[in-house]
Amino acid sequence: MTTRRAAWLVALLALVAAVPAAAAPTPLVELGRHLYGQHCVACHGMNGVRTPRAIGFGRSRTQTEQEAVAPSLVGVGALAADFYLRTGYMPLPHLGLQPRRARVLFTERQLRALVGYVASLGPGPKVPTPHPQRGNISAGLHLFTDHCAGCHQIAAEGGYVTGAVAPPLEEATSTQIAEAVRIGPYVMPRFSTKAITDRQLDSIIAYVLYAKHPDDRGGWALGHLGPVPEGLVTWFVAAAALVLTCMAIGKRLKHG
Amino acid sequence: MGRAKDVLISAALLVVGRHRRPRLGDGERIVPDGPAERGWESVAIVLFGLAALSALAFPILYGLDVSPSTQLLGISLGLSLVLAGAGLVVTAHKLVVTEEIEEDYPPEEHPEEQELVDRIVQESGGRLTRRRLFGLALGGAGGAIALALVTPVVSLGPVFRISPLLGTPWRRGRRLVDEDGRPWLASDIEENDFYTAFPEGADDEELGSPLILVRLPKHALRLPEHLRDFPANGIVAYSKICTHAACAISLYRTPLFAQDEPRRALVCPCHYSTFDPADGGSVIFGPAGRKLPMLPIHVDRKGHLRAAGNFDEPVGPSWWGVRLRKPNP
Amino acid sequence: MIRKVVRFVDQRSGGAPLLRKTLRYLFPDHWSFLLGEVALYAFVVLVATGTYLALFYSDSTAEVRYHGPYRPLQGQEMTEAYHSVLNISFSVRAGLLIRQTHHWAADVFVAAILLHLLRIFFTGAYRKPRELTYLLGLSILGVSLLEGYLGYSLVDDLLSGMGLAIGYAVAVSIPFVGANLAELIWDGPFPGTHAFFSRMYIAHVFIFPILIAVLLTAHLALVALRHHTQFRAGPRQTERKIVGMPTFPGQTPRSLGLFLITAGVLFLLGGLAQINPVWLWGPYHTYSSTNGAQPDWYLGWLIGALRLMPGWDFAIGRYTVIPNPFWGGVLFPLAVFGFLLGWPWVERRFVSHDYGYHNLLDRPRDAPIRTGIGVGVFTFVAMIFVAGAADRIDVLFGWSYTSQIWTYRIAIWLVPIAIGVVAHRVCVELLEGEQAERSRRLAEELARRDGERHTLEEPA
Repeated sequence: MTTRRAAWLVALLALVAAVPAAAAPTPLVELGRHLYGQHCVACHGMNGVRTPRAIGFGRSRTQTEQEAVAPSLVGVGALAADFYLRTGYMPLPHLGLQPRRARVLFTERQLRALVGYVASLGPGPKVPTPHPQRGNISAGLHLFTDHCAGCHQIAAEGGYVTGAVAPPLEEATSTQIAEAVRIGPYVMPRFSTKAITDRQLDSIIAYVLYAKHPDDRGGWALGHLGPVPEGLVTWFVAAAALVLTCMAIGKRLKHG
Repeated sequence: MGRAKDVLISAALLVVGRHRRPRLGDGERIVPDGPAERGWESVAIVLFGLAALSALAFPILYGLDVSPSTQLLGISLGLSLVLAGAGLVVTAHKLVVTEEIEEDYPPEEHPEEQELVDRIVQESGGRLTRRRLFGLALGGAGGAIALALVTPVVSLGPVFRISPLLGTPWRRGRRLVDEDGRPWLASDIEENDFYTAFPEGADDEELGSPLILVRLPKHALRLPEHLRDFPANGIVAYSKICTHAACAISLYRTPLFAQDEPRRALVCPCHYSTFDPADGGSVIFGPAGRKLPMLPIHVDRKGHLRAAGNFDEPVGPSWWGVRLRKPNP
Repeated sequence: MIRKVVRFVDQRSGGAPLLRKTLRYLFPDHWSFLLGEVALYAFVVLVATGTYLALFYSDSTAEVRYHGPYRPLQGQEMTEAYHSVLNISFSVRAGLLIRQTHHWAADVFVAAILLHLLRIFFTGAYRKPRELTYLLGLSILGVSLLEGYLGYSLVDDLLSGMGLAIGYAVAVSIPFVGANLAELIWDGPFPGTHAFFSRMYIAHVFIFPILIAVLLTAHLALVALRHHTQFRAGPRQTERKIVGMPTFPGQTPRSLGLFLITAGVLFLLGGLAQINPVWLWGPYHTYSSTNGAQPDWYLGWLIGALRLMPGWDFAIGRYTVIPNPFWGGVLFPLAVFGFLLGWPWVERRFVSHDYGYHNLLDRPRDAPIRTGIGVGVFTFVAMIFVAGAADRIDVLFGWSYTSQIWTYRIAIWLVPIAIGVVAHRVCVELLEGEQAERSRRLAEELARRDGERHTLEEPA
């Protein structure tokens, strides 16, 4: 542990030294380190390196499994930190859960601080800046069908994968979509720039943004889920209305 | 001018004015009389009037093509129908009498008639001496004609040939290409992602065509003996068509943090049959009764992926012969 | 005026007596007797809207490239069939209204048949002399399920293609002959040749509608010949005497009104509630799929059964006797239909031992065993139906799909039995309560008469 801590100090010093024109750590990085210690270190370990034995909390598996409880954050870069923190995926309420979209716990400044801190742990990808306006929606739909619709449903309304849920993408921002594609959070595949180029990614994002408010020329959209809500409307709107009509027209049995 | 006005007024009176109720002929009424319901009569008239207005809006909206046209057209037509229907319901309940008439149910049966029918048939056949043979011959003719008439149904499809069900376009040396026909390089296939591949130059829509490719770390592979040499550099190729109900397997579950998350699997979104890509495509969960067919592949000198043979099992949903036969090359 | 028309018709057809009789044909009055009418009117709307759609639809599977007004599909390859449905939705004025109305009408048609069936079943209306009417009604239901399936399959969008793939898998799963039968229908293995779409089209717009119309005519003719059943609303209704209102003037405005309101509701839905937005699903390819694909509601019980089956094929040696989809896709619906078809005979043979004529209906409580068994069977089907949407329940409410499936695999056997027993018990209690009430009243009446007699006798 002591060697680790020393290494960490060295790393931090190196980082500090790398910051030009600043003798002391900037307040932002300091804040990031502080927040990391508060919210992340228990699972991700000191310095973003997972420890052989981390301090578990809640009903975690750490008590029985002496393995790491969370992935190392060295090299994940600002991209991953930005994604997990701004979606509210992290911090997890307790271990072993699938990260789900939740309320973001941090202020904008704290977010920047934490993202900066995680990025400082090792060289990693930056937060991407996608350009969906350059994308082509039709190409996006095609790519989305090939790569995404199996889990996220063709209109990006989310779906089920054995053992996990593919979230609906209504709340996903362009940046978050771009990040998720490159990270592959939880059981999602990870798509490299070779598999899905940045240009193709722009098209996919353009389609997902379109799918948030698609052409609902048919009227009430019913969540773009197709037959399940349609069946509910059939029974609880149409059949109910028609049964009431029948009751208004015909007699009811009087008991006697 | 004044004349036109008179005509209009008299026409209006004719329509709106209340008439004395018609006097019917003498004798007993068939439909009993009831009191007039002027209020309800007005309600019905108003409903019909509104229905007419709403219906008239339809051609106008249609002509103007105002957006959102489907909604406006639907409201105008639907509303007019509902209003007219409501007018009729009011008519039924308030403006015509609701009689409660009593009547006999039809007789349960007609034994004499049954007897007569029987006798007619029996007596008509009185001249036949070998009734049973006659009946057999007639029935035989009828059956044979029916058989002849349904025979052309066989032309609908290759009903007696099962080889099309076993056929796949894959054969040794055939390159794996993507949807646009570009050959897949082994180096294109990365871990934690999935790829769809097709046989070069074949029909993509055939059930035997599409493959799902994934690359697994060497240590993760747990293939049975006879499938040991099916992968190439850790890349495994499976039929993309689920062995349960022929849907396309377009879900690849690949954990980011293996210790804590569900393990790698290929999943079909129709009924969630879940297959293990590491051990030859066995079923982990769901209704599929058969493992996913695996295709042997190799990497050629240019680094392209090629088939090294055909699938180990027939592709597509199970039928009676899937365990008896091997897929056709 | 009316007299003149009647005379004209009568002189040329001799139909006046029949017309007079028809006008005074009796309809017993109860709201639940109108459910079948709703189905009939939905069918009328289906035929009308369907005819219009057929004027624009193309059954060709030739590949075309889309260049229409819907941007997200521009440049994509698709079949002419799908393309023509996109055109109906985007380019034909009022086309989308008619298409959506047609689809809602299909959903409502089957729903109304089911409600009608429940009424028939739980009131014992299928008993002698109406077993044939009942069988015809069930056949209409069966054909309608297929007809609806073909209808949405014709569109050739992603959802319908996946549905056809599943249909194919179910067809090949039929023991011994399935593969051959499927090859006959699809003209070879899935996805079949272009001939397959022509076959679906002719079946959907000609063969099945005519079949439904013929069955419907026979169904209604039998209803009319035997006259309608009735509840025992008072002392006037007996097994031999029908009490009702005549076709005219009583029933006509009611039925016509119901027809217009049914059509109105369907057109309102068609205009206001989006159904099967095929442009969002995109074209189908055998190698594409989407999560959450479901059939229309009336086939939801089958997807539930397919999903609940544990994963094995029944094979003897290397011969696959029963491939998995057969259980959920063929055997389960056959068993349910078999139960419904056979019930009148099973009931009279084993339950009621009642072979008599019945024009009076039971209330559900009057036949506790029938009600108990019926509630059990319908609960069984309904639970499997709900299990078909277990994935959505997981996404929405977080109840794990796998644990749902395991729960259902057990619960579909236990819960219906429990609910059936409870239903039976409730019926018995209600009957006993009525019996007690009746004896109490009888006793009171007797006591009252007794008192009267005493007062009468006393002076003597």
